[in-house]
Amino acid sequence: MKLPIAAGCLTLAFGGAAAAETPVITVLAYDSFVSEWGPGPAIETAFEESCGCDLRMIGAGDGAALLARVQLEGPRGAADVVLGLDTALTAQAAATGLFAPHGITGDWDLPVAWGDPLFVPYDWGWFAFVHDVTRLPDPPRSFEALADSEVTIVIQDPRSSTPGLGLLLWIEAAHGARAAEIWAGLADNIVTVTPGWSEAYGLFLEGEADMVLSYTTSPAYHLIAEGDATKAAAGFDEGHYLQVEVAGVLANAPQPDLARAFLTFLGSDAAQAVLPTTNWMYPARMPAGGLPEGFDTLLMPERSLLMTPDEAQAARGPALDRWRAALSR
Amino acid sequence: MARGAVALTAAGAVAVLAVAPVVAVALRAGTWTLAAPDMAAVRFTVLQAALSAALSCALAVPLARALARRRFPGRGLFITALGAPFLLPVLVAVLGLLAVFGRAGWVNAGLSALGLPVVTVYGLHGVVLAHVFFNLPLAARLILFGWQAIPAERFRLARSLGLGPAEVMRHLEWPMLRGVLPGGFLAVFAVCLTSFAVALTLGGGPKATTVELAIYQALRFDFDLAAAARLSLVQLGLCAAAFAVASRLTVPPAFGAGLDRAPDIPRPGGWRRGADAAAMLAAGAFLALPLLAVVLRGLPGLADLPWQVWAAAGRSVTVALVAAVLTLACALPLALAAAAGARWAGLVATLPLALSSLVMGTGLFLMVQPLLRPADVALPVTMAVNAALALPFAYRLMLPGAEALRPHDRLAQSLGMPPLARLRLVTLPRLAGPMGFAGGLAAALAMGDLGVIALFATEGGETLPLMVHRLMGAYRMEMAASAALLLLVLSFALFATIDRIGRHAAS
Repeated sequence: MKLPIAAGCLTLAFGGAAAAETPVITVLAYDSFVSEWGPGPAIETAFEESCGCDLRMIGAGDGAALLARVQLEGPRGAADVVLGLDTALTAQAAATGLFAPHGITGDWDLPVAWGDPLFVPYDWGWFAFVHDVTRLPDPPRSFEALADSEVTIVIQDPRSSTPGLGLLLWIEAAHGARAAEIWAGLADNIVTVTPGWSEAYGLFLEGEADMVLSYTTSPAYHLIAEGDATKAAAGFDEGHYLQVEVAGVLANAPQPDLARAFLTFLGSDAAQAVLPTTNWMYPARMPAGGLPEGFDTLLMPERSLLMTPDEAQAARGPALDRWRAALSR
Repeated sequence: MARGAVALTAAGAVAVLAVAPVVAVALRAGTWTLAAPDMAAVRFTVLQAALSAALSCALAVPLARALARRRFPGRGLFITALGAPFLLPVLVAVLGLLAVFGRAGWVNAGLSALGLPVVTVYGLHGVVLAHVFFNLPLAARLILFGWQAIPAERFRLARSLGLGPAEVMRHLEWPMLRGVLPGGFLAVFAVCLTSFAVALTLGGGPKATTVELAIYQALRFDFDLAAAARLSLVQLGLCAAAFAVASRLTVPPAFGAGLDRAPDIPRPGGWRRGADAAAMLAAGAFLALPLLAVVLRGLPGLADLPWQVWAAAGRSVTVALVAAVLTLACALPLALAAAAGARWAGLVATLPLALSSLVMGTGLFLMVQPLLRPADVALPVTMAVNAALALPFAYRLMLPGAEALRPHDRLAQSLGMPPLARLRLVTLPRLAGPMGFAGGLAAALAMGDLGVIALFATEGGETLPLMVHRLMGAYRMEMAASAALLLLVLSFALFATIDRIGRHAAS
């Protein structure tokens, strides 16, 4: 997860003029990952200690826009690693032919089995609508209840952001043929659709809407970092859609060996222990110290929903059309 | 003849910049069928442009009438200040409007203090609000010209006939408005058709997406080149249609000639005096408060802006200056050629009016993408597109001066003055005034542009408007306000400096 509010563009600052002999590895990530409060700086420092290289992390919008960015640059792109796609996008990303096998094997503590040759997981979580219990003590407990209520929400654009896309697939997986109807019902609850997660969460915190599409783990940030227990995730009867966030090596990476070393490092204890309290997600491999205190208070959905990458890719186009049709009315 | 060759070169450059992208777009579009959401974008674009134009014009009428018939200290300054929103970078205005009308803004603070429900600025309301902010002054100035164009004799006749304000309205003012308003409506409508930055920041989802924004989303979100090309053709059609209607609809003034006396408009007292004052105060507050908000919010953090913002400011100034030079380099030979009777010159110079920033940008993107990384040419493309978009305005501003130059030109020719000396000694000094104004305008418009740059640039190559947009996206509103203030100051300073250089050279 991606708290607190990102300042992606300010931390894009390239590490200055590196000495010519130091190899440079470039990682494309979503804005909130590279922000000064995100995991980016800590992971950069930790990796640079061992690699003898200069890691440059570039924020390029939100997760789903990363894939368009990689396609836009094509084989001339200068990045080595793309970090921040999820299983809703991996099939489509693989189809571009722009990614190379990572060759990493390992045990993952994920709620699903993992065997993708192109992408390695680094964290995971459940999507959920987050609200303030003092302002909305009794939130809706299903999409239908939300659609019938006057509760206002902010969501993200599924074309540019992975939570936005996750919500699309969540509704598809939970309601199938009735997805269009659900969206039509939700249309008047939506205050605005933002391009990225950071904008949406910022609008929610400023009081522009009652709920925001985020993660079951978002309240942990408020609890642990701010000592604020007023934020909660609403449990939905349909179950919650899972997100597994992944990273991959680009086929034309200028530094392919360093890129693979970075992916291995992402799965190491050093990186995994940082993610729960910087990216506010569950680690892909449980660190030796376990989860930080406060994570035990979070909503644990009884039912997880997740499409395979191929199912997600097949569902994406029609779901996107339904979403645009329902919301453009 | 050297001069003809220069004009032809300029015309060729403009034609290539305007036509080649259209060809690239047409080749890529594939089918002509539009998906339902694309049709919704077309409907929204037309709807918001029509609403914006109608509201701007409706609100501009009482303002223009008040300005036409009242005299007060600072009136001239007020009218001059009405030109400012045109130069204002869109994002600066949006930030100011959010500070005034946003959920946490001044208006809602007042409403909730009174126990009233708060208003939201996202969606159609927000888009129309921002467009009225930009275009109300434009419409007011156009309509004010209309009032001033009614010959003084007419008003004197009305007075001698003992007509009251209502009859003056019916017999003099309404016919004038009927002549002026359609043109004003169309001018605002055309400006709002190409709305990008406003819809990007205040739209919020498929319900409030303009065609221009849909083009951007197709490229940057979906990497769907064919969809972007299709939408570009739709946008081209919309703009060309608006342009064609607007150029056909030039209403001749129906009052006959007067003796060009200073207008002697009746100044009715009583409640009408209060109504005029209220119209001017309301418009003044509506236009000034957002700017005041930007200044107040931006000032404290101005000194602490990180170097990336200053680097972006440097890039923006460079883009603005190069775009201004390019605009003038094309507008001058075209205006001279048109003054010399070449009708094609005027046609070429107004060609970019049919194109929008993102249509040109998409076409250039399609041409560049197979060969280069688009981010590598973001700044040159932004310069070229902005120069082209400012060309029609610059041409119009310089044409009267170029026509007035003809007699001097013939003299210079009979003296056998070489072309460069003629340019330096005859042409430039006499055209310096309008050139300075046009150059300042081009620079300010390029400075505030958020369109092409958003299409091409990635990080590290941001201009100042793109930086402000990214800061808003990251919810660094304080820093965004400071960067917006910097953008505001630089835009106006560039305009004022170039305009001043022109006037200085002319005197």
